Amino acid sequence: MAQSEQEILEGLAGIVNEVAGTPIADITSEKTFTDDLDIDSLSMVEVVMAAEDKFGVTIPDSEVKNLSTVGDAVSYIAKASVGS
Amino acid sequence: MTENRRRVVVTGLGATTPIGGDAATTWASMLTGRIGIRPLTAERYADMPVRIAGTIQVEPTEVLDRVEARKLDRCQQLALVASRQAWADAGSPEVDPNRLGVVVATGIGGINSLLDNYDILLARGPSRVSPMSVPQLMPNGAAAWVGLDLGARAGIHCPVSACASGAEALSYALSMIRDGRADIVVAGGTEACIHPITIASFGAMRALSTRNDEPERASRPYDKGRDGFVMGEGAGILVLESAEHAAARGARVYAELAGAGISADGHHIAQPEPEGRGAASAVRLAIVDADVAATDIVHINAHATSTPQGDIAESRAIRSALGSAVDGVAVSGTKSMTGHLLGGAGAVESVATVMALVDRKAPVTANLEDPDDAIALNVVGGTPRDLRSGDIAAINNSFGFGGHNVALVFRSTS
Repeated sequence: MAQSEQEILEGLAGIVNEVAGTPIADITSEKTFTDDLDIDSLSMVEVVMAAEDKFGVTIPDSEVKNLSTVGDAVSYIAKASVGS
Repeated sequence: MTENRRRVVVTGLGATTPIGGDAATTWASMLTGRIGIRPLTAERYADMPVRIAGTIQVEPTEVLDRVEARKLDRCQQLALVASRQAWADAGSPEVDPNRLGVVVATGIGGINSLLDNYDILLARGPSRVSPMSVPQLMPNGAAAWVGLDLGARAGIHCPVSACASGAEALSYALSMIRDGRADIVVAGGTEACIHPITIASFGAMRALSTRNDEPERASRPYDKGRDGFVMGEGAGILVLESAEHAAARGARVYAELAGAGISADGHHIAQPEPEGRGAASAVRLAIVDADVAATDIVHINAHATSTPQGDIAESRAIRSALGSAVDGVAVSGTKSMTGHLLGGAGAVESVATVMALVDRKAPVTANLEDPDDAIALNVVGGTPRDLRSGDIAAINNSFGFGGHNVALVFRSTS
């Protein structure tokens, strides 16, 4: 089931809000998880776990370090969900 | 030696317990005999031999921010609720972070988070185990979170000595200030370990009351009908401060933590030494450390868990330590109302001991309907008892599986 990048962004924003309390409106594509959204390494693991469950994808640790911005994560999830 | 020693006073109180969401409500409940023992109605307790506990009156998630709460084990949530109360009660003092310490004890630690994650491991595999599970399960986690919340840098500690843990934390904090390591130490204990495995485990020791049909009558220290303790959850935190520091900032002072005594039974892993020799030694050491006369002691908040053996051993210990002065001492067993908060007990009961000195009232021992003849103490029953005016002192006793004994002496300051 392919999901639009907008749907993925909304879903991911919900996860980040749940984990870190960041207001949904502040969670936009260009924001970096670490510096802009204050997601530490443990919280990032939680975000990844929740995203894997929500979008039915696998995000290996080797990829997580490349996901600097919310947009990076959205793009990765969009590609991974097409391939699955 | 004691002449040059720094004096340590109590300037803030916090608690969240089965009988109150704060220290003031908890103390008011202890004066009216309100009981916080409730049935455990969740399905997972249906086949347990014990289906009652002292459950928290105000859920910590109603007090803490949602995002903050989800990072913490329940015992850490309770500690943070109590520490913020205590800190605000102390007037949120200005203090050099390098002179601010934290000692928050627990007997069991974050066992609910550990077990929740074990359930997840079995059901969904290792990839779904929370990255917060280690910070949640580690016993020092509560102390660490309180320290982070306050920015404390003089040292963060977590003594673990079963049901003596909370009192040992206060003893440790007293030493930190006396030794010059800190000017203020936020200290106490917390526990939130109610779960079928702990109920079954303490039940296997035959340590728990099985009065499932009458929860409010189950915890009955010193009563002939007592049949074990009732598990409870909660936290108590005291702000301890050097008398100089408190005076310099014009802080309100509740009482002085005048002394502590610690001993070990050297007897058995779980049973109390029948004559209470170790416990008596702790009480004697505390009185000497506090430099008070036995006749200054007017009240004891006893360990009094409501076990058949433990209450008698403590009775012998108190009588042995205080001698003839014991007949003038009002002894209260507040676990009759809260249940046994394990690592939180000594701290919550120290809050009560301090308030007894402030209000000059010894709290209720609920359910004392048929006093055990083997208890040779002047026990306060269902009505609080007035304490005399003038300079007085009171003791909090806490003992733990493993043979740990801690006695604390608080002295009136007003």
